[in-house]
Amino acid sequence: MQEISLNILDLAQNSISAGAIVIKITIGENTALDTLTVSITDNGKGMSPLQLQSVIDPFYTTRATRKVGLGIPFFKMAAELTGGRFEIASTYGVGTELSGVFIRSHIDRMPLGDINATIITLIQCNPQLDFIYRHSFDERDFTLDTREVRKILEGVSLDEYEVIVFLKEYLSDGEKELINAN
Amino acid sequence: MKNLAELAEIRDRMKNKVNIRETNGDNIRVLVGMATCGIAAGARPVLNALVEEINKRSLSNVTITQTGCIGICQYEPVVEIIEPGKDKTTYVNMTTEKALRVVSDHLANGRIVNEFTIGAAAK
Repeated sequence: MQEISLNILDLAQNSISAGAIVIKITIGENTALDTLTVSITDNGKGMSPLQLQSVIDPFYTTRATRKVGLGIPFFKMAAELTGGRFEIASTYGVGTELSGVFIRSHIDRMPLGDINATIITLIQCNPQLDFIYRHSFDERDFTLDTREVRKILEGVSLDEYEVIVFLKEYLSDGEKELINAN
Repeated sequence: MKNLAELAEIRDRMKNKVNIRETNGDNIRVLVGMATCGIAAGARPVLNALVEEINKRSLSNVTITQTGCIGICQYEPVVEIIEPGKDKTTYVNMTTEKALRVVSDHLANGRIVNEFTIGAAAK
């Protein structure tokens, strides 16, 4: 994985497989603290304390096709390589929350990459699920909440091409505002 | 600066269009592998290319969705095409260029691109 946004796309799949119907993806960039924090919270079926311990083991997976589950171990390693940390908490029957803190200026901190492409891909492939994407950069903030989008669309599916094109532009405008200082 | 209220226009336009997609039994399903292996190998741009091309050609009977690990990680990105009444076609080592060819030959014209399939790769 060359970009944090690809890790996020990958980790969100876990939330989807866990049956989550609302997935919150939050990215916080803080130049004063020199951190980039990524957290993913879901209301899927959660994990038992034993599963929670196993999930950072690359040789633990719930799927039958392969003997490795690399998504979480990769993400954890990526954060720790920068001197950051990884945390994961879960309650069986309620949901899971994970977060990775990256030291932003560290030479081994991989780029965030095309996060908008990740969000759009998630919405495109899972139009029936809700995603709350929030990206903050110091005091500036941008949010896309598909629940609001759904309300306005009144039954029109979120994966309709025109809706996706609109959301792509909405995300792109939002990102430009975030990055442009003043 | 876009604002969400503009979606209302899109909604009104979509509501007026007859939505044939859901009602047909002859819907073709396109599954793009999106597990760690697929994503690391480049599935995200392949999916985007498929969405764009399918829309460009107005192929209304096609649904694109993601799938998990199929167990052939060394062949990722993988795209599976499921047509009712026919065998599943598994395309491997996909790229955005190959995706365009699959849409034009297979999805638009019903001709499987044999050289991109897993059968051809395994030889």
